[in-house]
Amino acid sequence: MNEPIEKMTPEISAFIEEWKSKPGNLIMVLHQVQQTYGYIPRNIAIEISERLSVPLAKIYGVVTFYNFFKLEKAGKYKIQVCLGTACYIRGGDDLLKALEKELGIGLNSTTPDGLFSIEAVRCLGCCGLAPVIVVNGNVHGRLTSKDVPAIIEQYRKQG
Amino acid sequence: MGKMTLADLRKLRESSKKAMEMRDSENKGARIIISMGTCGIAAGAKETFDAFIEQLMARGMTDVLVSQTGCMGFCQHEPTIEVAVPGMESTVYGDVKGAAVEQIINTHLVGKQVLKDLVLEKPSVDIIKEA
Amino acid sequence: MAIESHVLICGGSACSSSGSNNITAEFKKELEAAGLAGKVEVLQTGCLGFCEQGPIVKIMPQGTFYVHVKLEDVKEIVSEHLVKGRVVGRLCYDPAQAKDPHAEANIPFYKKQFRIVLRNCGVINPEKIEDYIARDGYKALEKVLFEMTPEQVVEEMKKSGLRGRGGAGFPTGVKWESAAKQPKGQKYMICNADEGDPGAYMDRATLEGDPHSVLEAMVIGGYAVGADKGYIYIRAEYPLAIERLQIAIGQAREAGLLGDDILGSGFNFDIELRFGAGAFVCGEGTALQHSIEGKRGMPRPKPPNSVVAGLWARPTVINNVETLATIPVIINKGADWFTKIGTPDTPGTKVFALTGKVNNSGLIEVPMGTTLREIIFDIGGGIRGGHKFKAAQTGGPSGGMIPEQFLDLPIDFGSLAKIDSIMGSGGLIVMDETDCVVDIAKFYLDFTVEESCGKCAPCRIGGRKLLNYLTKISEGRGTLQDLENMERISKAMCKASLCGLGQSAANPVLSMLKYFKDEVVEHVVDKKCRAGKCSKLIQYKIDPAKCKGCTMCARKCPAGAISGALKNPHVIDTTKCVKCGACEATCKFGAISHG
Repeated sequence: MNEPIEKMTPEISAFIEEWKSKPGNLIMVLHQVQQTYGYIPRNIAIEISERLSVPLAKIYGVVTFYNFFKLEKAGKYKIQVCLGTACYIRGGDDLLKALEKELGIGLNSTTPDGLFSIEAVRCLGCCGLAPVIVVNGNVHGRLTSKDVPAIIEQYRKQG
Repeated sequence: MGKMTLADLRKLRESSKKAMEMRDSENKGARIIISMGTCGIAAGAKETFDAFIEQLMARGMTDVLVSQTGCMGFCQHEPTIEVAVPGMESTVYGDVKGAAVEQIINTHLVGKQVLKDLVLEKPSVDIIKEA
Repeated sequence: MAIESHVLICGGSACSSSGSNNITAEFKKELEAAGLAGKVEVLQTGCLGFCEQGPIVKIMPQGTFYVHVKLEDVKEIVSEHLVKGRVVGRLCYDPAQAKDPHAEANIPFYKKQFRIVLRNCGVINPEKIEDYIARDGYKALEKVLFEMTPEQVVEEMKKSGLRGRGGAGFPTGVKWESAAKQPKGQKYMICNADEGDPGAYMDRATLEGDPHSVLEAMVIGGYAVGADKGYIYIRAEYPLAIERLQIAIGQAREAGLLGDDILGSGFNFDIELRFGAGAFVCGEGTALQHSIEGKRGMPRPKPPNSVVAGLWARPTVINNVETLATIPVIINKGADWFTKIGTPDTPGTKVFALTGKVNNSGLIEVPMGTTLREIIFDIGGGIRGGHKFKAAQTGGPSGGMIPEQFLDLPIDFGSLAKIDSIMGSGGLIVMDETDCVVDIAKFYLDFTVEESCGKCAPCRIGGRKLLNYLTKISEGRGTLQDLENMERISKAMCKASLCGLGQSAANPVLSMLKYFKDEVVEHVVDKKCRAGKCSKLIQYKIDPAKCKGCTMCARKCPAGAISGALKNPHVIDTTKCVKCGACEATCKFGAISHG
C-alpha cells in the first residue's frame, strides 16, 4: 500500500519547537498532529521522532495505546456514534447499525469515496440528549434509526 | 486588568458585586441567561441566543441583558434559560427555541407574566447569596 | 454531623391540646435515634401565637416555622432538617408560597437540590472573571494566603471531612497532609479531569460553567502542600471545557492570581493543561501521571503512593474536579458549616449525572444521604413511558446494579459499598424492565476489556473470561457451572488486580449475580430473556387466532422461515428464524409477537 506523505505544516513545526524543552511533550505534540491531519501520518511521526529524540517505537506505542490517535485517515465527515451507557440503553446501538447499513461500511472504516467514516466513542457528555451521534463536531441528539438517512443526506449534499 | 494586589482584588470584588446587585435590583433592566454548555449548544442554545438578540434589537429593547452561562443541569429540557425581570422572581424556562423566544419576550418581559407552558422552576437555593 | 440547633415546640394550651406533648417526646426519641441527642436541644416554649395552625414547631437558629406538625412528621423533620439541613417545604407556613406561580409548574427539579459544586454553574458567565470574583471568587485564596498557615489549611480540610469525589472517597485533608509532610522541594498538584466513566459529565459541566473555582482550589492546595506547579489533565473530547479553562487561566495570570508572587503574598503557583487521549485507565492516579509524562498510561504497583513519589517521582496530589470545586466554599464558610451538610460518613453534597430511563435527565447536586427514590422519582420525575423501575447503576463500569429494595437507602460512600456498588464519579443510570441485566453487564465488561491496559493478568484475562461467559449466557449456551466460575473469577479480579480498574471491573457481574440471579438463571435454564434484549434468545411466534393469512410476513422474511397457505394461519420455523423482527414490523394485525 502506498503510504500518503503529508507535508509538515509551519504551525506544527513551531509547536514542536515550543514544546521541545518541556517534559512529557510527546502527547501534546501528537494531539496537534492528530488535529491537523485527522490521523498520525508515518512520515510526520518519523520527523517528530528525530526532532524530539524519541524512538519511533515509543511513538507507535503511545499512538496505539490511546483511542484518540488514529493511524489511518478518517473520512471527510467523521461520524462518531456515542456508545456511552446512557446512549447505549436509549438505542445507540441501533443508530450504529443504521449508519452501517446506510453507508455500507463497518465500524472504524471509511467509505470508498473518502466522504464518511464511522467510529464509536464512549460518552461525549451529552447524555441528556441520548442517543447522539457527532459529525465533525456537530452533535445530533435524541435520534432514532429513522433519522439517520436524512442526516447522511444532509452531509452528502454538501459533498 | 493587570496584576492585582490584595487591595485591588477586594476592590474589584466590591465593584463587581455591586454591579451584580444592581442588575438584580429593581432599577436595572431584565436579564436573560442562556445555558451554554456542550449539551445546551448541541440542543440549539446558540440559535436561541441569536434569536433573543435579534428580536430584542428589532423591538429596541436594548436594556435587556442577554448573557451566557454554564450548564444549568436540566439536560432533558435544553436549551434552558433563566429570565430575571426586576420585581419578579427568577424563572427557569426549558425547551426554548423557535416560537418560544417570542412568547417569552411578549409574556414575561413585556407582560410581566410567567409563561406557564414552558416554565420549569425557579433556580435552586443560592449558597453564595444565602450567607 | 449535627447542627447546633434548638427545636422549639409550642407548649401553649391550644397546641398542647392538639398533641404537642407527644411531639416533644417523639422529637427526643428521633434525635436519639439519629445520634443527635446531645447536639440538638428540645424545648417547650410558651405560646408562639399561631394557635390556629398548631401544633407549631420552630427550628432555631434559622427560625423555620412548621405548622400542623403531626407525630409522623417528626421523623422527617429530624432526618431532613436537622441532619441534612434541608427545610421540609410541605410543613412550612409561608403565605408567599400560596401565590407562587412556580408552584403550579411544579417540577421539583431544583427544589430538592443543594448546589455547592454547581453554585456558579448556570449563574455566572464562565468567560468573565469579574462574575466569579463578585460571587466570593478568590476570596478563599485571599483568606488562605494572608490569614492561614499551610498547616491550618490542611487542618481545616481534615476537619471538613471532605472525601475525594473522583470515586474512591479518600479524605482530601489526609492526602494533603501526607504530601505536605514530604521534604521540601518540587511538588505537584494535579486536577484529574479525565472523566472516563461513560455516562458521567459533572466534571465537564463544572469546568465549562465555573472554571475559576477549580483554578482557585488548585492554588490553595499548592499553598497547603508546598507545590508551585499544577497540571489539569483533561479529556481531549471536551473542547468547550478546554477552551474555557484556557480563557480562565489567561485571565487569572493577567490578574496576578496565578504566576509569581500571587496578590503580593510571595507565593508562586502556575497551572498548565495536559490533554488525555481517550484511555479510561488514565483516570487512575499513577496511569494519569505516566500519561502526563508523555508515556503509555499504564498504572504501577503502590506503594510508593503518589503523595510520596508521583509525577516525575516527586510528591504529587491528585484531586478530582468536583472535589476541587468544593474547596473554596469550605474555606470561605468553614469546615463546621460543611459538616452540617450530608452524612457523618460523607459530609457535603454529590453531583450526579442522572440519565437513562428517567423523565428528567440532568445534572443534579444533592446532599449526601439523599435516597435513590428522591433522586429518581422526585428530581428525576420517575421512569419514562410509565415503565417500571428495575435497577440503578452507580459508578459506571466499576459499580453495581442497585435493585428496587434499596431505593430508600440514604446514599453515601459507605452505604453504597455495603450493597456491592460504589459511588464512583457520579454517573447514575436508571434502567427499567426493558433492560436486561445480562446485556448491561456485558456492555460494561465489553468496555473494561477494551480499556484494560493489559499489564496485569487478573484484569486482562479475568475480564475477557467474564465477557466470554456473559456472551455465552446471552446466546443461550450458558450453564449453571458458568455462574459459579464467574463468581470465582470476579472475586480473584477484585483481590489481585493492580489498579482500581481491574479491582472494580467485576462489580457489575457480582451485583448481577447477587440481586438478579433469577433473571440470569432464566437465561441459562429456560433460555429466555424476559426483557427481550438478548436477540439470540428471542422467539417470534404467530398467534393463529389473529393471523389472517395475508402472507405479508412470509414475503418479508429474509430467511424463508415463515410458511402457510393464503388465508390460513402462518407458522414460524424457529430453527430458520434469524430474529430480524421484520415480520413483526410488517404485520398489520398484531399477530406476531416475540418473547
